[in-house]
Amino acid sequence: MSQRQYTKTHEWVRVEAAPSGGKIAVVGLTAFALETLTDLIHAELPKTGQKVSAGKPMGEIESVKAVSDVYSPVDGEVIEVNGGLVDNLEHLADDPYDKGWFVKIKIADESGLAGLLDEAAYQKQCEEEAH
Amino acid sequence: MDASLAKTPLYDWHVAHGGRMVDFAGWAMPVQYRSVIQEHKAIRSGLGIADISHMGRLRFEGPGAAVFLAELLTRRVADMALGQIRYSLVTNDDGGILDDVLVGYFHNSHGQPFFLLVVNASNRIKIVNWIHAHLTVERANRPGEEIIWNDVSRLWAMFAIQGPRSVELLQPLVDVDLQSMRYYRGAQSPILHPAAQRQGCIISRTGYTGEDGFELSLGATIAKDVWEVLIELGQPMGLVPAGLGARDTLRLEAGMPLYGHELSEQINPFQAGLGSACHLVGYDFPGRDALLKLQNQPLREVRIGLTLAGKRAARQGAVILADGRPVGSVTSGSYSPTLEKSIAMGYVAPEFAQPGTELQVDIRGQIESARVVELPFYRRNKKGTKA
Repeated sequence: MSQRQYTKTHEWVRVEAAPSGGKIAVVGLTAFALETLTDLIHAELPKTGQKVSAGKPMGEIESVKAVSDVYSPVDGEVIEVNGGLVDNLEHLADDPYDKGWFVKIKIADESGLAGLLDEAAYQKQCEEEAH
Repeated sequence: MDASLAKTPLYDWHVAHGGRMVDFAGWAMPVQYRSVIQEHKAIRSGLGIADISHMGRLRFEGPGAAVFLAELLTRRVADMALGQIRYSLVTNDDGGILDDVLVGYFHNSHGQPFFLLVVNASNRIKIVNWIHAHLTVERANRPGEEIIWNDVSRLWAMFAIQGPRSVELLQPLVDVDLQSMRYYRGAQSPILHPAAQRQGCIISRTGYTGEDGFELSLGATIAKDVWEVLIELGQPMGLVPAGLGARDTLRLEAGMPLYGHELSEQINPFQAGLGSACHLVGYDFPGRDALLKLQNQPLREVRIGLTLAGKRAARQGAVILADGRPVGSVTSGSYSPTLEKSIAMGYVAPEFAQPGTELQVDIRGQIESARVVELPFYRRNKKGTKA
């Protein structure tokens, strides 16, 4: 299993090998993002088979106060969606990196992964945003 | 946080206790501390306290004050009993709503009567200017009808203590009987605690949550110390500080309009369902003639409540549809923590306002089913209070 990487827009990405060859990006929202949002009421996830583009919205996360876009970290196609997520949003913050995954994306272009943040760089960004 | 924002006496406390500070009408205010839903539920089931020192407070005294206010507000004022509070509107010459306010009639600690007008923070400057335009120097100094008025918004802090356990928290601190105090009544009282430094307060059974509760006005210099006393005394009762986020979901459940959402200068009181806040006989106030005409005319649109089939919130500006055709728009909407569903208020043409009418709301391109329901969405069980 590879290290988690992060986007500047607070998605996490874990890259796994696809059984059929190529690579899959497992994507979710970070603990920092969920702690900032609070009071989640709905998640609008993309559909299986949907094409997504790096840096473009692929879904929404809605809290009592606001709606935020969820961005795709990579170019590719959604191959699996975490169907149980929407009904368990109150527990999402308890386990954001395992049970809390949003989608799995078959990566079309691995070069996009180079632009993601590592753990240290992401933590630094969160500390800056917290002020 | 923008350094130019106004700060209440509790600003440092809010920041130190995790308050997420936002710009609300030029004030740095906490939208929430931990969770909007937790703060909301604490007030419905137990006890919450909110800093509302950003509210505009205008104080009027002198022999001409009652008549002047009667000629400014849509509601009667001159007949108010001591300690009485009324919900009123301020309308422009066309009958459009400039603000919704509370007017109270009290004695200060020296026995001098005065009126207190509580206005929305977002409208304070507008209303102050409106008063200046109607209260000329000549009028304010008419012999025997003198009027002295001050904007005391910065001098006085204001707390909302809301929830079924409010009496329990506050009774030991004041010398008026809170259990028997009626809704929309208030009184001057000393604050029975050394932190108040012998200063008094005005305590009223009012609020913006649909729950039992009180609002406390007190001097800004003692506000932080008294707040900390309340927080400490409230600890065993489950008191939580609540931000503007919970105040918004609470008032929405209670079907209470919010200026800038359900109320504006383009909306008249009859459309908003606030005709009962207008006394059109007696004192002449700006907008009265327009309202006399409007009251007999068919309404272009009226305020309604909606419950939605899904959990997504229909937020301000979302288009309301009937069989796919636009018939109005949402003015406020949120997930309701008490009802555990999405609720909204908005305006539609009167033929679609009947409770039970099936409508739709366009939520960012997705059409969601909605049903017209009677307001309020939530009504507290009044057993045990003498409201």
